[in-house]
Amino acid sequence: MGATILELRGVSAHYGRIQSLRQISLRVDEGEIVSIIGANGAGKSTTLMTVCGIVKASEGDILYQGASIRDVSPDRLPGMGLCQVPEGRRIFPRLSVSENLEMGAFFRRDADGVKKDMSLAFRLFPVLYERRTQKGGTLSGGEQQMLAIARALMSRPKMLLLDEPSLGLSPLISQHIFKIIKDINEQQGTTILLVEQNANIALSLADRGYVLETGRVVMEDKAERLRANPEIKKAYLGG
Amino acid sequence: MTRGSRVWMLFALAMGWLFLLLWPLLGIHPDGSLTFAEAFSVWWKIALAALFGFVIHRLSRAGVFDVVTRPLSRLTQGVGRVYASSPKWMFLVPLLAFALTYPFFTDRYAQDVAVNVLVYICLGLGLNVVVGLCGLLDLGYIAFYGVGAYTYALLSIHYGLSFWLSLPVCAALAAVAGCLIGYPTLRMRGDYLAIVTLGFGEIVRIVINNWMSLTNGPNGILGIAPPSIIVPAMKDGVLVMETVVMRQLSYMYYIILGLAVFTVVAVRRLNFSRIGRAWEAIREDETAAELMGVNTFRFKLLAYAMGAVFGGLAGAFFAARMRFVSPESFTFIESAMVLAMVVLGGLGSIPGVILGALALVALPEVFRQFELYRMLVFGGVMAVMMLVRPEGLWPAARMGKRSDDEG
Amino acid sequence: MAEGGGCQGHKAERMDYFLQQMINGLTLGGVYALVALGYTMVYGIIQLINFAHGEIFAAGGYLGVIFLSFLTANGFMETHPGLGIGLSLVLSMGYCAMLAMAVEKVAYKPLRQSSRLAVLLSALGMSIFLQNGLMLTQGVYDKAYPTEFTHGGFDLGAIRVSYMQIGILAVTAILLVALNALVFRTRMGKAMRATAQDKVMSALVGISANRVISLTFAIGACLAAAAGIMVGLYYGSVRYDMGFVPGIKAFAAAVLGGIGNITGAMVGGLIIGMVEIMAAAYLPMGGQYKDVFAFVILIGVLYFMPTGIMGENVDDTRV
Repeated sequence: MGATILELRGVSAHYGRIQSLRQISLRVDEGEIVSIIGANGAGKSTTLMTVCGIVKASEGDILYQGASIRDVSPDRLPGMGLCQVPEGRRIFPRLSVSENLEMGAFFRRDADGVKKDMSLAFRLFPVLYERRTQKGGTLSGGEQQMLAIARALMSRPKMLLLDEPSLGLSPLISQHIFKIIKDINEQQGTTILLVEQNANIALSLADRGYVLETGRVVMEDKAERLRANPEIKKAYLGG
Repeated sequence: MTRGSRVWMLFALAMGWLFLLLWPLLGIHPDGSLTFAEAFSVWWKIALAALFGFVIHRLSRAGVFDVVTRPLSRLTQGVGRVYASSPKWMFLVPLLAFALTYPFFTDRYAQDVAVNVLVYICLGLGLNVVVGLCGLLDLGYIAFYGVGAYTYALLSIHYGLSFWLSLPVCAALAAVAGCLIGYPTLRMRGDYLAIVTLGFGEIVRIVINNWMSLTNGPNGILGIAPPSIIVPAMKDGVLVMETVVMRQLSYMYYIILGLAVFTVVAVRRLNFSRIGRAWEAIREDETAAELMGVNTFRFKLLAYAMGAVFGGLAGAFFAARMRFVSPESFTFIESAMVLAMVVLGGLGSIPGVILGALALVALPEVFRQFELYRMLVFGGVMAVMMLVRPEGLWPAARMGKRSDDEG
Repeated sequence: MAEGGGCQGHKAERMDYFLQQMINGLTLGGVYALVALGYTMVYGIIQLINFAHGEIFAAGGYLGVIFLSFLTANGFMETHPGLGIGLSLVLSMGYCAMLAMAVEKVAYKPLRQSSRLAVLLSALGMSIFLQNGLMLTQGVYDKAYPTEFTHGGFDLGAIRVSYMQIGILAVTAILLVALNALVFRTRMGKAMRATAQDKVMSALVGISANRVISLTFAIGACLAAAAGIMVGLYYGSVRYDMGFVPGIKAFAAAVLGGIGNITGAMVGGLIIGMVEIMAAAYLPMGGQYKDVFAFVILIGVLYFMPTGIMGENVDDTRV
């Protein structure tokens, strides 16, 4: 594994007066897949939103490639290679599929490269090519998830933050999505920080995992060791 | 580049930008000449003032004034605690005594200003029912003031009806107008409501302006009777009832003072009644209120009607005092003014609204020599206040987030 | 056209009158459409009724008179009238874009996290401020446009069409087409739409909301400035408070078309302009009450079709 690409040092965050993260510390190395698992409201999504600066950290520091990004405006991060696929996909509903992809490459000025990446994305997700002129809001859940991932890939990210990519999808489609995530990691060397409720899949995919409970990191370990942990089994893996 | 120098760069940029905005207005002349002196002389004054404000802002952010502000804020907190713990009558009695004796130690001019302030207090409190208590943005409130004023004017001119008998008629007609405007608009969302009420306010003004046969159009109605009271008097040794026409300004002062006190008491009682709580529920979360069994439509309509009643009463007084009404008194800018009082004072707060009316009517009188700049400053202050103290001068105790703020 | 004689001639006359009013309505409607676009675009992005927009329109009218008078006095308009008008138009549009961006930075941007009422009042304050700023620098009285070059026209059958009207219609059409291309074809236009649809997600793909908002205000101001100049040229004068009534009518047009909807604003503007002219022409007392009709339509539409005739484009309330 390579050098550390993302590191959170004692990060706290608040939603209004409610503290949602309590001194989270975690680390992701280059080329890794790291999963964050935990129950609803444990602070998984907030962690990703705090990394991207949408939620401001009230305490602690966030380092990306060795430099603090705590005070960096969220819209500058994609240009630095840090990209998020947020919970609920958040496709631009009244932009066409290809316009959605264009927006993923918004900061890029190399029109040819963008065009090439767009055809690459269409090769990765052929169904998006069929729907390229359709409005994003008219796609099915699975198609939207593919579009969301494809849109993020358009920025050629070094690191991808994925929030609940399987939410609301049938098991078959989520399997497909997870396979693609694994491929992106292996073939393009993209580092992935994955937030998932489905701990089983998340841990089978990941190298390492963190367990979040009420805004705190309560456990961190190699993914297979977490899967073998009886407590984790009982709480998150359904037996 | 350090953060500090970046900030100063931005400041310089802003000032350059300002000059570019000022110069075409002041430096390009229709005779085909270009000058810079005039634009520059305005610019450097603004730039200097901005620089001063900016430095103060930077210093206070850096904590230089903590030596002064910390004890000061502790002091104000202490005063607030004393105020909260002492009985209300301790403040109300001297205040009322001052208000009652005011005409005895002031001249005509001061009384005139005071009458103005009190009229706006009535208006502000009426609008406060709609905006502050029920959370409905109304940009055409002055229409009800107009309805009240014209109702009394017409009743007085055509039927010779006395001021006192007209008052309930004015209130009733204003309430009807409130319902008429409220009925089609109240199902609309906040922003739409704002623009539609603005539209209604304009419609009322345009109708008054053009309905020559009824309102005499832009010329207005002259010769409205002032209020009169009947007092017992001895005449030739016989007790007779004599009509005293209250032309004097000090009489007017007492009438509007009574009206204002009535409004304060009424709004206060409304606020703490079952109706007030329903309004509060609607303001904080309309959907939840509906689910809890509040008939939101009826209560919103009631808020409109109640607000209109106070506006109508103030309007009737206005007509009686000026003894002349014309459409010019009921323009949008008046609506904006009343709304500004409510918001600057503190939404939903009675002392706040009173303070707001005092600030916006009495303060400009103090700076009379700058009359020309009055509205300019008014607009600027309104924007700045939203920045530095959006909750108002005297915020209401019970005020939460409005439901349409989410998102 | 009179050779038909008798009853038919009367009919033809009525038809001509109608067509004349159609052209007038189209001209006025185009102006409303231009102003309405600024309202609808700003509302679509930051959900604010930008009260100061009417004043930007008025500022455009004033800048037009300033530049045109200057050019006329220097003899430029005699030799190059078309170029002179074009130059004044572009300069005024640039000025108003700068003004609107400044207003946004000073009065709206610091209030992004505040309640909507706070921003609305700030906008109201800016409107009053700008109106009085115009009054203080330009005077209380009407300011006349130089009119030497706006005469002329041609007869189309019995209808009189002035070059002025043709010019207004042409400029309006060009601007509307340009705006459509900008919003639907260019990268920044797509970014604007993305920001209107989901602010957080557009930040996550690297779109700077501040820049998009600035751009939106600038574009809206450009259109309003053009409208201001055209109204000034058409009526021959401008006044410091000329922005208020057209401003609320244009907002009514934006709501009528479905707020946030660009095509809707264009259609809404044309409808309001047309109705106003037709009502003034055909209804008894229509001329005196012409300002009322815009609001009557607005209230009627909102009552029966709360999202406007084209549907609104602001369904996004997620944070």
